[in-house]
Amino acid sequence: MSETRTPVLKITDLGIDFGGLTAVNDLSLCVYDKEIYGLIGPNGAGKTTVFNMLTKVYQPSRGTIELCGQSTEKMNTIEVNKAGIARTFQNIRLFMNMSVLDNVKTGLHNDISYSVFESIFRLPRFGKQEKDADAKAMELLKIFGLEEKADLIAGNLPYGEQRRLEIARALATSPKLLLLDEPAAGMNPQETEDLMKTIRFVRDHFGIAILLIEHDMKLVMGICERITVLNFGMMLAEGTPDEIVNNPEVVKAYLGE
Amino acid sequence: MFSPKRRGRTVSLLIVILAYVILQAMIMSGNLSRLLISLLVPVCAYIVAALGLNLNVGFSGELNLGQAGFMSIGAFTSVILAGILNANGITGIPVLILCILAGAAMAAAVGWLISVPVLKLQGDYLAIVTLAFGQIIMSLINNLYCGIDSKGLHFAFVTNTIELAEGGKMLISGPMGATGVSTVSTFTAGFILVVLTLLIVYNLIDSRSGRAITAARDNRIAAESIGISISRTKTLAFVISSCLGGAAGALYALNYSSFVATKFDFNSSILLLVYVVLGGLGNMSGTIISTAVLVVLPEMLRFLQNYRMLIYAVVLIVIMLVSNNEFLKTKAEQLKKKLSANRKKGAAENV
Ligand SMILES: Nc1ncnc2c1ncn2[C@@H]1O[C@H](COP(=O)(O)OP(=O)(O)OP(=O)(O)O)[C@@H](O)[C@H]1O
Ligand SMILES: [Mg+2]
Repeated sequence: MSETRTPVLKITDLGIDFGGLTAVNDLSLCVYDKEIYGLIGPNGAGKTTVFNMLTKVYQPSRGTIELCGQSTEKMNTIEVNKAGIARTFQNIRLFMNMSVLDNVKTGLHNDISYSVFESIFRLPRFGKQEKDADAKAMELLKIFGLEEKADLIAGNLPYGEQRRLEIARALATSPKLLLLDEPAAGMNPQETEDLMKTIRFVRDHFGIAILLIEHDMKLVMGICERITVLNFGMMLAEGTPDEIVNNPEVVKAYLGE
Repeated sequence: MFSPKRRGRTVSLLIVILAYVILQAMIMSGNLSRLLISLLVPVCAYIVAALGLNLNVGFSGELNLGQAGFMSIGAFTSVILAGILNANGITGIPVLILCILAGAAMAAAVGWLISVPVLKLQGDYLAIVTLAFGQIIMSLINNLYCGIDSKGLHFAFVTNTIELAEGGKMLISGPMGATGVSTVSTFTAGFILVVLTLLIVYNLIDSRSGRAITAARDNRIAAESIGISISRTKTLAFVISSCLGGAAGALYALNYSSFVATKFDFNSSILLLVYVVLGGLGNMSGTIISTAVLVVLPEMLRFLQNYRMLIYAVVLIVIMLVSNNEFLKTKAEQLKKKLSANRKKGAAENV
């Protein structure tokens, strides 16, 4: 089964210390091609810190990260993105003063190749590539039901739409692995339901792997193929949704009765 | 689809063109005083330098205290180049065009050299470095001697050791500044440079680089997460700002038969910053208006003699208070909303 699939992300014995505090320790996991993988655990367990290590906002203290077999040790945040990791943020980080469309087009930065000179003098390649970028960005907005809002200022969108826009912007960088930090936070049940469908669609349509952090168990159990539970920075359990809900330790530490 | 942003830009271009036409008509009919006519080219030069600076300070969000230094580089580069061209029998408009290009290129090159190491660092280091840069450039040029004769260019530093051959000419004479410049700048040339600058700035803002610059300022971490290099985009904004400062300096220089290096001192850099801040960070038409008003105003106040700078300061403070007044701002917003609502209603009735 999963053994025949190629790993997109391979984390081995990953750990980080902040001063005397060990926020994450001995974390190992493997996300396969086209897999939706869940990372769950109580508040302060170190989930977001894992994302920050993957995207090099923090440099890990120990362990290795491999993306499609390539170590990210020497990369910075920008190089990691170019190598194929894109993310969203727990506290939304949109470009709030830009239009919805421009937020996504900013994600297409490295997809556009015209020079500064060509843009200043509006040479033909500028027009062509901007048109392509508009089309690509609109296509992404359509997936998230935001095409009608393309010209609005991002900061004026309701919370749920801001979260979806952030995913669209991340996807614009054509990642191999998408990291979603609590994508359903602040959404109502209907929006969460729609988001589950959209996440599955994104996986199928773009053929990418998705690693997500989420407290909404309905979403996690509904779309993740495998899950890792983190507690106090340590791995508590790993398995399919069925295995996780029936694991007594997980129930005791996180899920409750 | 015609976005309000795009409409605002078209309007500001039209206003600049209209201002040019009106001023030209006034010159032709003799309705513009000699004083104001003499200010037209410097106003254009300061507008170009301030527009560039607004890209750096307003859009990119970095403090730059040395824009006058880049004007100085552009100015003295163009003095030397104009000397060479004149010696080779080239005069008039070609000199102006080549000098503006050379001044812009030289200022951009120097801007790139000083910003690449600095903008790799986070924090307000650029302010400190540009402050020092402005002072250093001023002292260097204030001690520079340059002359031209049949053998070519001659340079000397601190003491004038240049001995020119028969028919030679000094171009830069240390503290005496540039001398014997052939004045080729015209109001029309200045106007064209302002329009070009506006187009360059607007086109840049509406492009991949402009989005990256805004993104890097709005949210550093998010910008990096989508593969945008902060130092690169900030460097780009700074280099283009320097480049426009250089072009402005060249236009300015070729308007006077002589001028000194201390014309481009720390005060001038601060004044340029004042034009940008009062015009509005990131607001290009505001920058044009504030620059024009604030360059002309102190000259108009000359009749007040000793009280001139006092009144100037008071006017500055009043403008600052008015333009940052919450009450007036909300009133203006309401008025704008009302107007656009009326327009929509009008449009609906037309259907
Ligand atoms: N830059 C930092 N400096 C010091 N401590 C940090 C830093 N970043 C995170 N931590 C600590 O690491 C621990 C894990 O934080 P993290 O944000 O990863 O938790 P989380 O699992 O995402 O929690 P939540 O579900 O609330 O988002 C916390 O104790 C936090 O205080
Ligand atoms: Mg978190």
